[in-house]
Amino acid sequence: MIAPTMVADPGDPEAKLAARNFARPPPQATDLAGVVASQSVRRHQKHVLPGFGLSLGYTLVYLSIIVLIPLSAAFIKTAQLTWPEFTAVVTAPRVMASYRLTFGASFCAAAINTVFGLLVAWVLVRYRFPGRSLVDALVDLPFALPTAVAGIALAGLFSTNGWFGSLLAPLGIKVAYTPLGVLVALTFIGLPFVVRTVQPVLEELPRELEEVAATLGASRWESFRRVVFPIVLPALLTGFALAFARAIGEYGSVIFIAGNMPMVSEITPLLIITKLEQYDFVGATAIAVVMLVISFTLLLAINALQAWTRRRQGALT
Amino acid sequence: MNMAAPFTAPASGQHATGTSEPWVVRWLLISVALTFLTLFLFVPLGFVFYEALKKGIGVYLAAITDPDALDAIRLTLLVAAIAVPLNLVFGVAAAWSIAKFNFVGKNVLITLIDLPFSVSPVIAGLIYVLIFGLQGWFGPWLREHDLKIIFAVPGIVLATTFVTFPFVARELIPLMQAQGTEQEEAATVLGASGWQTFWRITLPNVKWGLLYGVILCNARAMGEFGAVSVVSGHIRGATNTLPLQAEILYNEYQFSAAFAVASLLAMLALVTLALKFIVGQHADGRQHPSERRP
Repeated sequence: MIAPTMVADPGDPEAKLAARNFARPPPQATDLAGVVASQSVRRHQKHVLPGFGLSLGYTLVYLSIIVLIPLSAAFIKTAQLTWPEFTAVVTAPRVMASYRLTFGASFCAAAINTVFGLLVAWVLVRYRFPGRSLVDALVDLPFALPTAVAGIALAGLFSTNGWFGSLLAPLGIKVAYTPLGVLVALTFIGLPFVVRTVQPVLEELPRELEEVAATLGASRWESFRRVVFPIVLPALLTGFALAFARAIGEYGSVIFIAGNMPMVSEITPLLIITKLEQYDFVGATAIAVVMLVISFTLLLAINALQAWTRRRQGALT
Repeated sequence: MNMAAPFTAPASGQHATGTSEPWVVRWLLISVALTFLTLFLFVPLGFVFYEALKKGIGVYLAAITDPDALDAIRLTLLVAAIAVPLNLVFGVAAAWSIAKFNFVGKNVLITLIDLPFSVSPVIAGLIYVLIFGLQGWFGPWLREHDLKIIFAVPGIVLATTFVTFPFVARELIPLMQAQGTEQEEAATVLGASGWQTFWRITLPNVKWGLLYGVILCNARAMGEFGAVSVVSGHIRGATNTLPLQAEILYNEYQFSAAFAVASLLAMLALVTLALKFIVGQHADGRQHPSERRP
């Protein structure tokens, strides 16, 4: 029920992570108490505090000017097209090829990050080794490093005479300027999502559960598979969805390494830019609307996943 | 962190076989994880500095003091200096209204504030072209009045503001919700004005979270590439930010110069991570930085 929904959405939700991190951690219990208490206070004495009108008014006006009105421009512009015109634009062969690459590579990158993200989170939480804190802090690098910098670094590394490219060339593996390059770039930028969603769940995991499993005769692997994994699963899926959503919209890190050949290694965001540069505003906007609808769907799916994660967490503590 | 301490695998000898793995497995898992991180994170980061300095410090310094590079640095700082305060004021206002009051549609509002994070940066640029570009809603009017937004600095500021929109707000909203309203209500009842309450009570309570949001907002504002590249027009010395400058140099095969400019941004990223680490430890004291978001 979750899987199909998350095969859709671009974007850049580095912050979705925060929502759940914030809702989840130790202060949760006190949070709730505080919120509940203040709610009941407020119900009896409305608006003791000043500034409601001002702050909400400013929030709504600013939100409309910066986000809502500009986003609606994309939908209004696309409304110039009739439905058959719209579908013709957004299902043209070159556009379809870009969806296949964007969604396919994003899915694979998110899957790779799910496997290695769980592993990295496990190692960071459970084991002690020299440099652990440093590694922990550096996991966020893809969030902090501007995408263009990541793009040229990866392109340089994987080009045929780069450090990695020259090692892979004798094996017949070409990464730069192929769809494989897109996968590498998307794996890089999605790397922290799974680590950062799974890590807090592992840290909170009551060790007693595993002790009980061991006492009852479970092997280490069995207790991981049947005790730890089900608890971590919602967070793992959330991380997957976040990495996937981020990858779909990604541009900067991909274009340098992708080669950008139409039908082969051209991602959808790049196609939007190409159409813009050809003054095909309607075409660019129509494709953007498709991406936006998918993004928003995925945003809702991620919200649902995070709620599920919180419920799982809540049930444990 | 504190939670994890009791689980620490003992350095030697005794370990609880029931809830810990044999050392071979531990060692293997650590190796695989570190190898993956090294290949995908540390080597690319090191590569930026290696390429930047490959031709010597002289070439490096020449590249980052090139007039175009200096213009790019100035523009990048200017854009961040406008976009970050805008989103800071918004973040505080949004958090105040959402955390301190109850109203219908609050959850919808929170979701809408998150929207920019799920929009592709390219689309973030595109929507402003649709409004302010020559063919856009205000295009003819802007041209009549000889105003330029797209392919000019205001467009870059707008696109940057869009992509960094939620950072401060989403840091503050959960924090202020968690803190409730008792303290502010007490201050108000005792006769403090709204501003006094805000400056003396609310702000000190959320200062670390606020700083945290500002650091993240600033990093993204200075490093944004996709959205800015759509609205910039790539005019050297005028509308090139640092990431765009790196792109142009790279596409001209001036690799050393491109990586020199990129190394400035990589240093920004490292400073950001360091500040994040420090602030994360201060932020309400009890949270491990890894529990807070990127």
